[in-house]
Amino acid sequence: MSAAPQKAKAGAEKIEVEVSAIVPVNELVSRFEFKRRDGQPFPPFSAGAHTVVEMNDNGRMRLNPYSLMSDPADTSIYAISVRRDDEGRGGSLFMHRHVKVGDPMTITYPVNLFPLDLRGHKHVFLAGGIGITPFLSMIATLERMGGRWEMHYACRSKALGSYVDELTGRHPDKVHVYCDDQDEAIPLESLLDGQPLGTHVYVCGPAGMINWVHSTAEAHGWPKEHVHSEEFLAPQPGKPFEVRLCKSDIVIQVGEHESLLEAIERCGVQAPFLCRGGACGQCETDVVEADGEFIHRDHWLEEEEHASGKKIMPCVSRFVGKTLVLDR
Amino acid sequence: MTIQFNTETFRDDYSFRNSDWAIKRFPFPFHEDSYMYSVNMEQHRGGPKGSVYEMRFDVDEHYVSEMADRAIVLAEDPLRCQSLPHMTLAGWDTLELIMVSKSEDYPDLFELHRDGNRWRWINKPMDIDHTFTFLDETTLPCGPLEYITRQAQGDYAVLDQRDDMLYMDAGMVTTQADWSLDFDIGMDFFEWHAPVPLAHEMGIFKRALKFLLNIQQGAPARRLNWTMTVNPLLDTSPENYHKWGVQKTTLTPENIGSKQHLRVELQTFYRLPRSNALLFPIRCYLISFQDLVTIPKWGRRLHRVIRDLPEELATYKGFIDNRPLMLDYLSRYDDGLPTSPGVWPDLDTEPSLQK
Repeated sequence: MSAAPQKAKAGAEKIEVEVSAIVPVNELVSRFEFKRRDGQPFPPFSAGAHTVVEMNDNGRMRLNPYSLMSDPADTSIYAISVRRDDEGRGGSLFMHRHVKVGDPMTITYPVNLFPLDLRGHKHVFLAGGIGITPFLSMIATLERMGGRWEMHYACRSKALGSYVDELTGRHPDKVHVYCDDQDEAIPLESLLDGQPLGTHVYVCGPAGMINWVHSTAEAHGWPKEHVHSEEFLAPQPGKPFEVRLCKSDIVIQVGEHESLLEAIERCGVQAPFLCRGGACGQCETDVVEADGEFIHRDHWLEEEEHASGKKIMPCVSRFVGKTLVLDR
Repeated sequence: MTIQFNTETFRDDYSFRNSDWAIKRFPFPFHEDSYMYSVNMEQHRGGPKGSVYEMRFDVDEHYVSEMADRAIVLAEDPLRCQSLPHMTLAGWDTLELIMVSKSEDYPDLFELHRDGNRWRWINKPMDIDHTFTFLDETTLPCGPLEYITRQAQGDYAVLDQRDDMLYMDAGMVTTQADWSLDFDIGMDFFEWHAPVPLAHEMGIFKRALKFLLNIQQGAPARRLNWTMTVNPLLDTSPENYHKWGVQKTTLTPENIGSKQHLRVELQTFYRLPRSNALLFPIRCYLISFQDLVTIPKWGRRLHRVIRDLPEELATYKGFIDNRPLMLDYLSRYDDGLPTSPGVWPDLDTEPSLQK
């Protein structure tokens, strides 16, 4: 229609914030709270949503997605919890080491790739470690709506379980905690067995836990549509490779510890993104020419699209080979 | 109040009319001399001053009369507004979005005063001043979706998003181009688009669905769609086809200019913040052929578009039988001169009719 002289903007809308509090939760996890710099309330968000935090790490831009864990009804703050990953790519270390109260930061509008199914008669939450965070906003929402829920939370030890005391204190009958160091484990089979018809299960944690829940639920006859999961795929390191961006007419190098999307951004080329986790589809890019092998890690493209070699999701996927030319 | 509201009807004596202001700002949908389906989406973040794209929810001279027509339709058929039980939160999202947008965009017409969850809503054109508790249905006379869309022009489909699919699980639909909420409710995106010809083969719907699933909070989108209607009818529903379908046979060379209307939908798409549902407002604009051809560029172009439209589309849009009559009329306003690109009337630069 070309009604208005405006160009589509890549990625999500952004919000300028200030770090208003940093609260240590345990030896690995800290909660970061944000206020808006313009003094306005935040937009409301839906339970399970995340925001992408921009970190200016000495000129290198890091962008990590974190679940919003504050109460969606409280629009005065947004809060995230960040687990320090000493082996990771550096985003969580930057948050823990360099971010201070009062720092200005930029975050994106909320994006939800892990919503509650509001048709559910009951909601069962299965959390592993830092996977607890999306459930905190889900619990707040269901408590307000009078929804039925229960939570099963696996952590390495009670001391490393984030928000265990608050949760068990506030909801002693609904929250069940299992500690590795006590040889406790979520009794998944009996748990799935006893649920009323119309129950939905949500799992957030390590990939192994997510696969375990999906396969166990399927084996117990649960409909696929009633089992929900969220796993942020961090880009995996890999051998450096070279890419030609034909629209921008430049050749770029992708380093061992950066993603293709990060390399594109580092070279000053604007590319759309939302989740940076291979799930939202925003960064889908056409392959113009390729001689080599793709390492597709996304959840977005269909199997035949992976096989075709015509598309790549630069946020999580890599390439091994001689030539890669992208339409970017 | 800045807008002079018409007293008019969309039924019986059809006193509906467009002022010169409404004609010049009409959302003419053809940016070139031919038409084919496309996803044709763009961001919905304002537009030229005075255009229908300027505000988030356009309010124009037909507002009060359109709301009166909606009330008549609902009194005869309450199923035009439905909301499956899990969509109540999306109804509140819709109410909040419309109240906030209208009070900010038209402060002389609408006011919203919020004290926590205690809200006071003032709608001056409809003479409403109501205090209620946000998220408490018992404080409204009806559900939140029905309450606010009885005060907002256009239809509203509310789409739940689950498993990478959209489901039409709620809506207020009284001004539709021959489709039915009661029939479509609960259907998924491909099911409710099943009757549309050609577009499936072109892969349009698969691409459109991917686009819609990714619409983000704070970044709404929009597109135009169009069809034809004989007489200025808002309610052209399948439920009432026996009343309006027969009117298509009443066109004559003498009355076509005033009776035949181009019907344009301004469709917008909003991600709703609390429910993560997708709100799909569909605003209907009508213009008679005789008003439309007062804009020389639009007269020339409409003739060419209707003449060259594939038969399947003219059939699907319901005017294949009247196409010869329409072309006879419109050809009088096409002198063969080239038209400028884009949808705007370009009154200062387009030559007047040369025949």
